[in-house]
Amino acid sequence: MTSTTIDDAPFIEPSATAKRNYLNDEYGVLSWLLTRDHKRIAILYAISVTIFFFVGGIFAFLMRLELLTPEGDLFTSDTYNKLFTLHGIVMIFFFLIPAIPAVIGNFILPIMLGAKDLAFPKLNLMSWYIYIIGGTFGVIVIITGGVDTGWTFYTPFSTQYSNTHVFLTTLGAFITGFSSILTGLNFLVTIHRMRAPGLTWFRLPLFVWSIYATSVVIMLATPVLAITLVLLMVERVLHVGIFDPALGGDPVLYQHMFWFYSHPAVYIMILPGMAVISECVAAFTRKKIFGYKFVAFSSLAIAFLGFLVWAHHLFIAGISIYSAMIFSFLTMLVAVPSAIKVFNWTATLYKASVSWQTPMLYVLGFIGLFTIGGVTGLFLGALGIDVHVHDSYFVVAHFHYIMVGGTIMAYLAGIHYWWPKITGRMYPEWWARLSALLVFVGFNLTFFPQFLVGYVGMPRRYHAYAPEFQVLNVLSTAGATILAAGYILPMIYLGWSLKFGRKAGPNPWGAVGLEWATSSPPPKENFHETPTVTWEAYDYPAFLKAMRETQDA
Amino acid sequence: MRNPTLHELQHPGTSDDAHAHHHPFLQHHFEDLGQQHEASTLGMWFFVAQEILFFGGIFMAYSVYRHMYPEAWSAGAHHQNWKIGLFNTIVLIGSSLTMALAVWGAQGAKRKLTTVMLVLTLLLGMTFVGVKGFEYREHIHEGLFPGSHFTYVDHAHPELTRGVELFMVFYFTMTGLHALHMIIGAGLLIWFIKRAWRGDFGPEYYSPVEIMGLYWHFVDIVWIFLFPLLYLIH
Repeated sequence: MTSTTIDDAPFIEPSATAKRNYLNDEYGVLSWLLTRDHKRIAILYAISVTIFFFVGGIFAFLMRLELLTPEGDLFTSDTYNKLFTLHGIVMIFFFLIPAIPAVIGNFILPIMLGAKDLAFPKLNLMSWYIYIIGGTFGVIVIITGGVDTGWTFYTPFSTQYSNTHVFLTTLGAFITGFSSILTGLNFLVTIHRMRAPGLTWFRLPLFVWSIYATSVVIMLATPVLAITLVLLMVERVLHVGIFDPALGGDPVLYQHMFWFYSHPAVYIMILPGMAVISECVAAFTRKKIFGYKFVAFSSLAIAFLGFLVWAHHLFIAGISIYSAMIFSFLTMLVAVPSAIKVFNWTATLYKASVSWQTPMLYVLGFIGLFTIGGVTGLFLGALGIDVHVHDSYFVVAHFHYIMVGGTIMAYLAGIHYWWPKITGRMYPEWWARLSALLVFVGFNLTFFPQFLVGYVGMPRRYHAYAPEFQVLNVLSTAGATILAAGYILPMIYLGWSLKFGRKAGPNPWGAVGLEWATSSPPPKENFHETPTVTWEAYDYPAFLKAMRETQDA
Repeated sequence: MRNPTLHELQHPGTSDDAHAHHHPFLQHHFEDLGQQHEASTLGMWFFVAQEILFFGGIFMAYSVYRHMYPEAWSAGAHHQNWKIGLFNTIVLIGSSLTMALAVWGAQGAKRKLTTVMLVLTLLLGMTFVGVKGFEYREHIHEGLFPGSHFTYVDHAHPELTRGVELFMVFYFTMTGLHALHMIIGAGLLIWFIKRAWRGDFGPEYYSPVEIMGLYWHFVDIVWIFLFPLLYLIH
């Protein structure tokens, strides 16, 4: 089975000029470290987030090893506290938030818009350096003994009692936040001001709409985290009582301020996943996305409603029952635009001749797992059930279905889908399908048991547990090993394909979009001349006709 | 085709290819100076939007504690010298005027005026920061710096001491962050003074001065809120 089930687009690689591309335009380490080319910066991000992904993965794996037995026999509880804290911080701040926007978005967004680069190329490079500086603080913390507050840094433990590196960690998160703010700002300006002639708002690929919504959330939510962390650092350094009740502060205020960012941050992580899914569904069904405008506006609706639900993390923190009821209701509302997306993707699949390439396998995984994650999110949004399962493994399973089953599946879908564009080579289809299968099976085996064990009462964040929970925990650890294999495999075959993969034409999937109208890999300035868009989004006949005309001319 | 930008409508001819492509400050990835100008201006507006959320968070926390400890907040405000605050407010509004004149000068290619106005803005800004530093020194002398240096005791109402310390935490954090923004602005001003003197700016290319102005005015407006909240309301 190879990828030839889809015809290559009916036009041929033009002339020798296409042989020069962004990869071979310049050589040398400095040509990468000082590059302003959004495509090269995307590669820099890809390398760095991958490293952080495996670092965070090692922490997760050590936790799963500890949980193989009910006794806390492998690590002390202090070490275990550090493991889950570092796992959360590394995965959220250094992998999930930058992964899709800064890697895939950085590479593809300007090309989709027909632009030569992002609006602010130097700022884009600076964002990567800011990310690396923030990440360096993270690495220093890991090497010098870690941090044990949980990724939420709840006060007063984080400011008055913890003896670990809280200050350095929060400083790292604070700095990294500016990297995402500046990336979001750069994307927004680019989408507003750099679109090719003819590319009106409703001709934009749905990827762009979703990344737009993500960038708005990044830009308006992240600064609130920044100021919250500033106050936390001030409290920890000066030993004053901003959030410490013993000194007159209010710990619930910290939770409000923290979740005002960190709940929207969930949408910062999932909206880019939805962006990738929309593109892949259109490409592998060869159809227009059903209800384009609904899918587009549902991204904005998620971004907006996402700002109004934060206090559902505080149901048992002592907020009033009335505000809890309002936040419970608002939480239900945010499910509506998410459901619109799922229904419209499914409706697009209906009666389509779907080709089962690897990205499409990940898409199906995403749709199923995101739905499970979303519906269990409604359980948690309902006041009564939340009180019952709060701080249990049910919550852990829920958000891993969204973050791992959703975002990471989408990231892998996107990496495979755009791999031929990024590298100019096809990945080996058989191996990729195998790893997609491993990821799906491994993921479900890891996290489905956690729903069950959480519902019957296993609390999160402990290294020891009651013996009757052992069977489900062993299943979960077994699943984690399969999942790990599913993540390591792509490293091997994607690396292999860089040298030995079949050469990809400009449009190996026969998909619609400006990124498929340029060579693979694209030239340094993306297009040999600025394209003019004459087709509606995902209009296959019109796009292919326009491509033929360009070819003839 | 792309609609003409606002800049092109106001300045017909600037998007003329032969003309614009040779402008030394046109970056390669923009079609023309109009697009470049629109992008940088929009970028600064978005940056200001995220700044509003950044300061918004601490204003919100300030309001919560003001509501919780009204007497302590009033006592804290009594330690601020409103005359110095008013002086600084006037200095800052003056710097906003000179900043606006610098933008006007840059648009009209008035090289000397632009440079002088930017220098004045810098001097006024530094005056503000200097006066702020003087105020900080006074507070530290009075034992009002929060934490282990906080030796102040309210003898009339000893129960307010803890609340006054919290007020001073907010005072130092809010004005400190504001002063940090002033210092960053001053650094940018020094760079733009050099560029203005070199004659980089004119009717076709004045975006850096204009977005510098946006930033500077925003930082001024933050102070316009800080002054009454920290000095005047008792």
